[in-house]
Order: sequence, then C-alpha cells, then structure tokens
Amino acid sequence: MSVHATSPQFKENAHEALHDAALQKALNNMRTGFIERRALAAAELPEFEALRDSARDIKKHTLQHLDLYLEAYEKKVTESGGHVHFCRTPAEANAAVLAICKARGARTVTKGKSMISEEMGLNDALSRAAINPVETDLGEYIIQLRGEIPSHIIAPAVHLNKEQVEADFRRVHTHLPKDRVLTEPTQLLTEARGVLRERFLAADVGITGANFLIAETGTSIIVTNEGNGDLTQTLPKVHIVLASLEKLVPTLEDVSQLLRVLARSATGQDMSVYTTLSTGPRRPDDVDGPEEYHVVLLDNGRSAMLGGEFEDMLRCIRCGACMNHCPVYHAVGGHAYGWVYPGPMGAVLTPSLIGVDKAGHLPNASTFCGRCESVCPVRIPLPKMMRHWREREFARHLTPAAFRSGLRLWAFFAKCPALYRFATRIGMAALALFGKRSGRFKSLPLAGGWTDFRDMPAPQGPTFQARWTKEKRAR
Amino acid sequence: MTSARDDILANIRRSLGVTGAEAPRRSNVATRLENAPRGLIPARGQIDPTARVALFREQAERAQASVMEVARRADVPGEVARFLRDRNLPATIRIGADSRLAGMQWGETALEVSAGRSNGGDPNAVSHAFGGVAESGTLAMLSGPDNPTTLNFLPDNHIVVVAASDIAGDYETVWTRLREQVGKGTMPRTVNLITGPSRSADIEQTLLLGAHGPRTLHIIIVGESV
Ligand code: SF4
Repeated sequence: MSVHATSPQFKENAHEALHDAALQKALNNMRTGFIERRALAAAELPEFEALRDSARDIKKHTLQHLDLYLEAYEKKVTESGGHVHFCRTPAEANAAVLAICKARGARTVTKGKSMISEEMGLNDALSRAAINPVETDLGEYIIQLRGEIPSHIIAPAVHLNKEQVEADFRRVHTHLPKDRVLTEPTQLLTEARGVLRERFLAADVGITGANFLIAETGTSIIVTNEGNGDLTQTLPKVHIVLASLEKLVPTLEDVSQLLRVLARSATGQDMSVYTTLSTGPRRPDDVDGPEEYHVVLLDNGRSAMLGGEFEDMLRCIRCGACMNHCPVYHAVGGHAYGWVYPGPMGAVLTPSLIGVDKAGHLPNASTFCGRCESVCPVRIPLPKMMRHWREREFARHLTPAAFRSGLRLWAFFAKCPALYRFATRIGMAALALFGKRSGRFKSLPLAGGWTDFRDMPAPQGPTFQARWTKEKRAR
Repeated sequence: MTSARDDILANIRRSLGVTGAEAPRRSNVATRLENAPRGLIPARGQIDPTARVALFREQAERAQASVMEVARRADVPGEVARFLRDRNLPATIRIGADSRLAGMQWGETALEVSAGRSNGGDPNAVSHAFGGVAESGTLAMLSGPDNPTTLNFLPDNHIVVVAASDIAGDYETVWTRLREQVGKGTMPRTVNLITGPSRSADIEQTLLLGAHGPRTLHIIIVGESV
C-alpha cells in the first residue's frame, strides 16, 4: 500500500469510477443507509443541535490554546509512564514507530484502524523493515489484502461487494478447505475473525489510532464497533498510538460532549460499541495490558493551518458524515479523490497536507449543495473552505485555461447585475424550451461530463431571481 | 538543530500569534483543566433512579445486549448458569479477582469457575462493571486484576454484573465518581465504555454481531436502584 497521491488525476479517476459497474453497485449500498440512520439518531436526541454547537466550541477553544494543551497532555502521559514522540513529518513518524518496533525485535505488528497510519504510509515503511503489519479492522484487513487504500474514513471497504471479498479470502487464506462456503457476509466475517484471532495473539506490537487525546489525564481514546482496536492494544507487549495534533481535547467532560455527536453522525448509533480510554502502560498489579505505551504525535502541516483560513478544518472528528451525504462522493466513491481523505473533508484537508499543486482539483469536486456542512457535527464550513481553495488556485493560475475563461465570463456578468439577469433569463428560457418534454436533459452540448452520468434537470422557465422578484411583489 | 517537539510548539505559536507565556491564555487552560466544566447534558438520563435503570435496560437492549435484573447479589451465580444453559453454552466461566464476584456462591451452581486474565481459550467471562450510563445503555469497565481487560474482549460471551445504584444518567457522573476513587487527573490504565456486543458492517453495510469481540453481551443488574 502506498500513499502515492493520484489526486492530480481526479478527473480521470472520477471518470473511471463512473464507469466501474462493481463500484457503482457497492456505492448503491451506502447512498441511503448512512443518511437515514444519522437522521434518526439526531431526531431522537432533542439536544443534538445544541451539542453540535458545544462540540464546535470545545474544538475551537482547544485549537486556540493548542500549544498549552499539548504541553499539559505530554506531562500527563509521561507521569503515567508513557512516552510522547513529536513528529514534524510522516518520515519522522515512521522512523519513530520503527525505532520502537526494532528495540523490541518486533516481527509482526497488529493494527487498529488509523487514518494517520495511511497518511504516513506506515505499512510500507514497516514492510521495508521486514516487519509484517496486519490490519485488523475488517474493512482495513480486506483492503490490505487487495493492496488498496481506504475509500471511506469509517467504512474503508465500502467500495467492495461481497463477491470481491470472497475472491480475496480464497486467494489469501489458502490454508482453509477449498470447498468451504463463503457466500454470506456472516461466513466471511467468521473466517476473518478466526484468521485474525491468531494474529492478535502472536503480535509483538499493537498500533492503534486515536479519536481523541485528553490533556487533563494524558489519555488516548479509540472508538470502534468490532473490538479489534482493543485486542490490538491489549495483547502485545507494546502499544503505539498514532495521532495528529488536533485530536486534543481538554477534559473528560469535553470528550463526553464530542462522543455524543460522533457516533450519531457516523453510524447513527448513540454510542459506538467500544469507547476505550487508555492511559499509560500496564500498572504494577495489572495482569494484562501492554508494558510500553507510546504516542506518536504527527504534525504534517497542521500547525501551519492554525490561525489561517483552513483552521476550522482541524475541528474534524473524522465521523464521515460529510462524505455519506455528498452527491459527488456517492457518484465516484472515495478512491477517485486519490489520497487518504476522501469526500468534502478530504477536498479541504488534502490540499493543506499534500499541496494545492497536487490536490487542486479536489475542491472542485463539489456541487456546493451544502449538505456536508449541514451535517458536520463540529459545523465546519466545508463549502466555504472549498471555495477558498478554488480562489487560491485561481489566483495561483493553476486552473486550466478553459476553466479560467469560463469563470471570468461569469465574473464579468456577475459584476453587472442587470446584464447577468438579462443573460441568465435568456439562457434559462432557452433551456426550458429545449427540455420541456421530459423535464430533464439527456445530453447537453459542452456538458457531456455531466449528462453522461445523470440527467440535467431542465429549468422551469423563469430564473430564480425573476421568480423571487415576482413573488416578493405578490406578497 | 531544534527538536521536533520545540519546532512544532514554535510553529503552533507562530500560527496563532502567541508566545505561550500570555497569562490569560495560561489561566484559561489551567482553569478548564482544573474545573472540568460540564457541558450540555441531555435531559434523557436526568430521571429518578428507578426510571434510570429502566432506561439503561432499554438502551442496552437496543444495542443488542440482553439484560436481566436480579434482586440480590446472591442471585447472580444462578442467573449466570441459567443464561449459559438457555443458550447451550459451555458451563465454564472466567472471572478476575473482584471480591464482589469471587465471594459469590458459585459452588451452588454446576459452573466450572477459573480465575485470571484470558489468553483466548475461554468461551465465557464474567466481569463486574464500575458503573453504567443510562442515556446510551453503556457499561463502564475499569482495568486491573479485579476485572482484567482481556475478559472484556477475548471470550465469545461476556456477562457483566452492574449494581443498580452504580447506574448513572450520563457519562459525566461516572467521571465524577471515578475521580473520587482514583484522584483527579489520574486514570486506570484502561476504561472501557461498552455498548452492546461487538459488530461490523464492513461487508456491504450488513450489520453482523461478533466481529472480533464477544458475540453476546449479557448484563445482570443487581438490586433496587437506591
Ligand atoms: S468534516 Fe465534519 S462531517 Fe466531515 S468527517 Fe469531519 S467532522 Fe465529520
């Protein structure tokens, strides 16, 4: 697996994704489920919207005081017998993990789900050092077998169908009887559980991510449904936590506020099955748990995002709601985004982390429908930030010429409201005329990229502005 | 060459336009860490003790745990035996050193009881919870020799005993109790908040129980809620 970014080819990636029948079938599974479950969970908790405000404010406060909370956090981790390794870059973070593994002579490493690990390309780094990384989250395990990167931050294998998983299991689990039946998801799960159970018990080091870090107590938190993260961190002699700077929150009370919006936004559960708070290594009277506890804390460009127009992005708690509700993600899936973080959050974060020159297309992968912002539990203004990137990209002359002239044309009209209204009225009337029969366009000149995969709704006739004026007058 | 740590802190301070020495910022942080102010607590769990236990039960069952209420601690071994018998599960359990469990009359049942952490070969474990949270049907488990963490995850079937009087309305109340027990600013090595049995929906969004952790979670609530 590699973190080689294909984000620069977003358009080509998206094009392929739209033609990929298996992917389209898999995406169908997610287009409604996540949305319904979140809506239900939110509706059942009258305080949900107020909790989102609270979650946003906690994150804002923490980011404003991040240097001080980091110092407090580090002190607590050290007091409890753990170690914090500050790392500027993925390379430094990989080196820190390798050093810990080598000191223990580690040969196998089990891994809980961690997006930071993907960001670091840790599995590659481990393999190169002859250490065998085993992903244990079912979805991550499946994509590791396939040599892919996650296509979703909480459902990494959402782009696959069970037939594909069956084929991978038959290819890799060659020690199992050839004639076994593997057609049902439950059979696949049972097989993975059996195979991975042995890995858990044999691993030398366990590596997990962190959903939150608590400054008050020096605690790291993982949130999972499978329990794989817990087996990963409890059984081996060494537990390494991979986290980025912005995971910090002040207190147990603060994290409780965030937990109340996290699972509801992600999967529509009130709480995920396992929320695990870990503080330091095994205590003197403990009969289980790791002997060493390390936190590898990655910056990778985040400290530079503070105080700027992308600071809000650091509030993200990785719930996945923005991609679950994104029509672009629904159409092309996560891999088209070409790097670790897909969907609207990826479109904003990726250019910050790997550079706008490589990920400049991503902020364009938006219809600006605003659904991502409307469901984001920490109220990140995602569309606004995608617009920031577009403006920057435009200013840096990175957009292709056709795009630029199109935008300039629009800007010209937009600056002359009367002319704009006139031009759009003519345009809309013409489109309404052409699309009258079915109310939709099957194809449009110059817009094949749109109409090949969806119909363009035909305008009803008058422009929004014209209707607004008319109806305002009628009131 | 400066250390990565100093570099990162310096970078953060540069971005925020601060030095780190500003008194108001320092006192903001110190006060927040010291006072740990409660945020917004859902009304759902703020109910009288009897209703709270009922809500806990309802929420835990919604998360696919099974729940049984017994009147007295002495009823626990019989209920554990019944649960295992009804499901045709092996009549063996693993427990930690928790005196509330170790002191029970297991001899009055046909159960084979062994003690200590799990190494993966135990079909069933019985643990005692530190407390419960009614608003989401969540159990709070503390690590240590009394209730080793491995018992929460390795066995196929996990049975958890919780005192009705330890069921709070919200997480915050559990943290307050925990601080009273272990001291502010310190924590047990692991606190597991557990809401239902292990599950995965990673294959075609089909929700399946028993991913890597226990396939079943049975909760035994002991005693009246006061
Ligand atoms: S940006 Fe918001 S909605 Fe998207 S993953 Fe982050 S927290 Fe969730």
